[in-house]
Amino acid sequence: MGLLDKQFNNSNIIITSLDSLLNWARLSSLWQMQFGLACCAIEMMAAAASHYDFDRFGVIPRATPRQSDVMIVAGTVTLKMATRIKRLYDQMSEPRYVISMGSCSNCGGPYWEHGYHVLKGVDRVIPVDVYVPGCPPRPEALMEGLIKLQEKIRSESMIKKSA
Amino acid sequence: MSPKEIFDNLKQVFSAEGGSASGGGEAILDGKFEGVLDPYVKISPTKFKEIALYLRDDISLRFDFLMCLSGVDYTKGLLGAVYHLFSMEKHHKITIKVEVPVDKPEIPSMVDVWSSANWHEREAYDLFGINFIGHPDLRRILLPDDWDGYPLRKDFKVPEFYQGMKVPY
Repeated sequence: MGLLDKQFNNSNIIITSLDSLLNWARLSSLWQMQFGLACCAIEMMAAAASHYDFDRFGVIPRATPRQSDVMIVAGTVTLKMATRIKRLYDQMSEPRYVISMGSCSNCGGPYWEHGYHVLKGVDRVIPVDVYVPGCPPRPEALMEGLIKLQEKIRSESMIKKSA
Repeated sequence: MSPKEIFDNLKQVFSAEGGSASGGGEAILDGKFEGVLDPYVKISPTKFKEIALYLRDDISLRFDFLMCLSGVDYTKGLLGAVYHLFSMEKHHKITIKVEVPVDKPEIPSMVDVWSSANWHEREAYDLFGINFIGHPDLRRILLPDDWDGYPLRKDFKVPEFYQGMKVPY
């Protein structure tokens, strides 16, 4: 913002649209509902730890749906867990987003054929914004998914009435 | 003791002709010791409780540890449970096999003999539908309570829907 400050004579003025400001605020503090279910959760934890440091994107893991903006479903979604995921998703306040991390939550993964207990894709119970492929995806891949989600949020509008 | 000696010991004590348990058919049915990874003794479910207590308490056997309990679907109308026993004191092991018909899958519970049987039996009940008679809390342990059927049985059909969610790919 240094450039703008100088242009307006250091008088604390910037010019932007309300949408960009709101979206900038929203996409820079995506608190995640941690939903680690299997080995993907290890990669998700690695992404949150100091080496990859998700905190620099404003991503802080929360243990409650009521304080979180994005749910990262990381791992195998069993039918028993799917009912819980649905309930927790419903408890999140809008606007809410979902990142489906890894093959299992994308489409059932290695359990697609014989997994009688596995939901073949978490998008059968909740809407998904970003799918991150991989088994499990590396932290860089999850980061890419997060940046994709940020791009999506940037293009949204809180002001204009949606259809 | 070697598995063969354990088998002979059981055979001697529980044979139908003599010993403490007479009547009601043969208790020790079969055994295999060569050419298998885990030598086993196949026994009848009716005398299982007495045999288990004997295995645990006899001074020369002392099987104080149930390492694993597995359910098996042998097909052709037979279900089974396999018990891997180990003695911490004597450092010997044996495998016990029990077979039951699929239309009356009842095996006495071993929870009061080896308490590690508790969750193992619930798992075998959950996935194979084997009824462990005398179990203190025989509920499903892995699958949801409202699940239909026993998934590891060979004739299990995957349901089309579970609570409105499509199950097959």
